[in-house]
Amino acid sequence: MSATMTPSHGQGQTASFGGGVQPHARTAMNPARIAIRDLDFFFGTHRALKGINLDLPDRQVTGVIGPSGCGKSTLLRVLNRMYNLYPGQRATGQVMMDDINIIEPKLDLNALRARVGMVFQRPTPFPMTIFENIAFGVKLHERLSKSAMDERVEWSLTRAALWGEVKDRLQSSAMGLSGGQQQRLCIARTIAVRPEVILLDEPTSALDPISTLKIEELIDELKLDFTIVIVTHNMQQAARCADQVAFFYLGEMVECAPAVQLFTAPKQKRTQEYVTGRFG
Amino acid sequence: MSDATDHLVKSYDNELKRLRDMLTEMGGIVESQVAMAAEAIMNRDSAAATRVVEDDPKVDALEREIEQFVIRLLALRQPMAGDLRRIVAGLKITTDLERIGDYAANVAKRSIVLGQFTLPYSLAGLAHMAHMVQDQLKSIIDALGENDADKAVEVWRSDRVVDDIYNALFRELITYMMEDPRNITPCTHLLFIAKNLERIGDHATNIAETVYYAVSGEVLPDTRPKGDTSAYAVVRPKD
Repeated sequence: MSATMTPSHGQGQTASFGGGVQPHARTAMNPARIAIRDLDFFFGTHRALKGINLDLPDRQVTGVIGPSGCGKSTLLRVLNRMYNLYPGQRATGQVMMDDINIIEPKLDLNALRARVGMVFQRPTPFPMTIFENIAFGVKLHERLSKSAMDERVEWSLTRAALWGEVKDRLQSSAMGLSGGQQQRLCIARTIAVRPEVILLDEPTSALDPISTLKIEELIDELKLDFTIVIVTHNMQQAARCADQVAFFYLGEMVECAPAVQLFTAPKQKRTQEYVTGRFG
Repeated sequence: MSDATDHLVKSYDNELKRLRDMLTEMGGIVESQVAMAAEAIMNRDSAAATRVVEDDPKVDALEREIEQFVIRLLALRQPMAGDLRRIVAGLKITTDLERIGDYAANVAKRSIVLGQFTLPYSLAGLAHMAHMVQDQLKSIIDALGENDADKAVEVWRSDRVVDDIYNALFRELITYMMEDPRNITPCTHLLFIAKNLERIGDHATNIAETVYYAVSGEVLPDTRPKGDTSAYAVVRPKD
């Protein structure tokens, strides 16, 4: 490259902020849809979550990352009371959704699970037709006319970006769909009951890269209407999908920050070590 | 935040170390280019001037190599947090260093022309400025090698003084030109030399900002102390 001379003094003055990359983007967070306060969780005597305080902002995506056994899946199990199926497991503290404490023992679990839906790591279609897979859950909560049910099934499959691929075979078995399609069917099934919150537990870990991107694109679409929590082992995925990211380690929440900040300049040393692959 | 802990993947550590080594190597060459260019002016040393110009392709090659290496790291490692900051900083710093090398080469070329003139005035001001810029450059390359954010802030602050000397030189040289038209050729070259040195200081300041961000994750305020006011300077002959 040639030497440059600029006879116009002063003009070549380097821009005042030439260095650095970008100031931290201060992502604006919506008010909390679910507010978690001093949450502890026990498997028998083992304390698996320790004093968690976290807001899940309305119609935004919260990513939860951390090494295996850090408590991230446990957190999801608390949010829709999955742990109730297992004796000896209990939660203390507050998980407030509107004026309801989700972990209150007397809570109507069916009502809760209609408001807080969950999608698992592996696609779990029921051995039924594609149509019935969606309608099944809806029937548990609502009585709909046939035309209203048809509409709901189409709406759910459309929102899950699957309608175009299955509209001509709604009466075929869901087991014949590909893994990626099955996972989108599970998402359609979850949103069919029109929940407020969707919990995604490593929703793409069993999928190929293209199916993964389709789900990620879907998450972007869904957050217009739903509050989303995604637990993922894939940090790049959290970076791509989440508005805020919480890092869990040994049952504690080490740090929660807007994704841009957490992945460019985390405040905590343990977060830095984990996201850069230095853990140990 | 220190990166004392190693990565789980050793080859990644080696690559990051290699990036830093290439940057300090490039910094070292550029630093010596600036030193030799200053020597070429002060001691009318045309051999030193030639060496500066000859080093330029080396610097350009290193810039390209670092650039390609950074792209490779971004694509293959998908760096995060402190690693990401340092890698992106490497890309920016290599560009600043390359420009500093260019300015040094230009100063060296002008020193050869300058050698053909007898100068009736002292070059002390210019020498002082050259020393200051060399100090800035040395400090910032040390800061880069040592991940030293405090040292980076020091360099960032020191640029103001270089600008002040430059402004004084600007007026002084114009005065010489007004006094005697035979001064116009050497003084014009000296003016460009001074400007080049001032620009080297600016790029050192850029590097300081980049190093500070890479190390701390924080951004320095965008009002840095700078003071090249020569763009507005008017020196009128006395009636």
